[in-house]
Amino acid sequence: MRDATATRRVAAVTGETPVARAVLIAVAVTFLGIVLIFPIIVVFVEAFRNGFAAFLAAFDDPDARAAIRLTLMVAAIAVPLNLVFGLAASWAIAKFDFRGKNILITLIDLPFSVSPVVSGLVYVLLFGAQGLLGPWLKAHGIQIIFALPGIVLATIFVTFPFVARELIPLMQEQGSGEEEAALSLGAGGLRTFLTITLPNVRWGLLYGVLLCNARAMGEFGAVAVVSGHIRGVTTTMPLHVEILYNEYNFVAAFAVASLLALLALVTLAAKSYLEWRYGGAIASAIPRR
Amino acid sequence: MAAAIRLRFRRRSAIPGFGLALGYTLFYLSLIVLIPLAALLLKASGLGLRGIFEIATEPRVLAALRLSFGLSLAAAFVDSIFGLVIAWVLMRYRFPGRKLLDAAVDLPFALPTAVAGIALATLYAPNGWLGAVLLSFGIKVAFTPLGIFIALMFVGLPFAVRTVQPLIAEIDREVEEVSATLGASRAQTLRRVILPMLTPAMLTGFALAFARSVSEYGSVIFIAGNLPYVSEIAPLLIVIKLEEYNYAGATGIAAIMLAVSFVTLLAINLLQAWTRRFAHA
Repeated sequence: MRDATATRRVAAVTGETPVARAVLIAVAVTFLGIVLIFPIIVVFVEAFRNGFAAFLAAFDDPDARAAIRLTLMVAAIAVPLNLVFGLAASWAIAKFDFRGKNILITLIDLPFSVSPVVSGLVYVLLFGAQGLLGPWLKAHGIQIIFALPGIVLATIFVTFPFVARELIPLMQEQGSGEEEAALSLGAGGLRTFLTITLPNVRWGLLYGVLLCNARAMGEFGAVAVVSGHIRGVTTTMPLHVEILYNEYNFVAAFAVASLLALLALVTLAAKSYLEWRYGGAIASAIPRR
Repeated sequence: MAAAIRLRFRRRSAIPGFGLALGYTLFYLSLIVLIPLAALLLKASGLGLRGIFEIATEPRVLAALRLSFGLSLAAAFVDSIFGLVIAWVLMRYRFPGRKLLDAAVDLPFALPTAVAGIALATLYAPNGWLGAVLLSFGIKVAFTPLGIFIALMFVGLPFAVRTVQPLIAEIDREVEEVSATLGASRAQTLRRVILPMLTPAMLTGFALAFARSVSEYGSVIFIAGNLPYVSEIAPLLIVIKLEEYNYAGATGIAAIMLAVSFVTLLAINLLQAWTRRFAHA
């Protein structure tokens, strides 16, 4: 009895008064509601403004379908490539000690600090008609800018660090004791990797891939610079949204946008679930971007 | 001799695959990131410092840079204040919908920028849900710098919240109890004890939000109106120069923005080292 009173008193001196509490909660909820929740609601309200039929009509447009196909294709190329890179980088960084490791980690993070527009620009300067390799590419009939390869490259650039930066802290935390045990028992390097390392990091890996994929499908600035906006050919879903919106075709723009918003919501839900269920098996790094 | 250098470069390990993993990492890193960035730097060095300075001081470019940096600082500042309140409320209080709000904080990370852009433009348009209300108070948001500020606040908010949250979790309740038993009021404890502990994290969040805001493109261009000298941000000006085939102009602005990004990145790394020292003190 006495203990309970004491606990309550301690709680009182280390907490705010009920009024202050209520005010702070109200401020936080109102701010989050207006700044974050309203925009996501507006996407779906506008998409269904003229009914379900009008929403579906947006996807009868062959250009919309081409944009969806292109977005899926770009993600299908970019995400696995960054996944393989993430595994290689985290293996090298987490399992070995070598000089310059911190510089390497900083360099891997670099794309997060570059403006999306600049990320696209670097490829234009390299592969564009007036770029460093432009004349050579033209002579050999290879088109990178204003074509699929440029879009894929720009997407890989902006999603470059996602998998690696999720796996590096996770593998570092786990150490290499289990791998050393497997190796000393006669397992080969590949087998050790597949049966020990990969299962140990699977939730962190999934987490990184989810974030990487969401960004790959939703990237706008970098892709806008390299795409050339050739309708139905080099327009990904976000670029198609832009075109429709600028043509005042708001329902169709928001219909396509709602698919991307849904992807974002599913990604967030999966992310929250993974954090809640497998929190210990995911590196809780401070998000950079 | 060679073996000695090799040994010093990396410590001996029983784990295989170092050469392959590091080799591929460096190859891919160079191909995707380093060589393209080097191409930009090469192009920029062709302009020379003087050339870049001339581009930066063109009135239209100067206006765009001023707008981008000014509004990003303002948005990051407001984000830091509200981010602190939100992080505190999410970590310390229990109320219905808390977990949902906590998950929603990451929305600007996950929502494609173009989607956020058209949603904000619609929301704050003169006939939009919030735009109409604000207009009745005589405040115009869409197609003004205020609209850009709102978009930048949207993209920066998660950084301000997520950097402070783990530090609030780490605060030892005993510190607050000691402060209270020594006679401090709750307000004094918050201001003199808690706030100083959270300051480094708040600064990190501020820098991250600023870095993101300065480079943001998709969320901004739909709500901005994009009037030269008034509501035209620097990343948009890069795109415009590129569309005019003014590669030198685009490169010049990009080089300035890249330099600012790197300085901010350096500041963030120093801040994070400071935060870690604070957390384990």
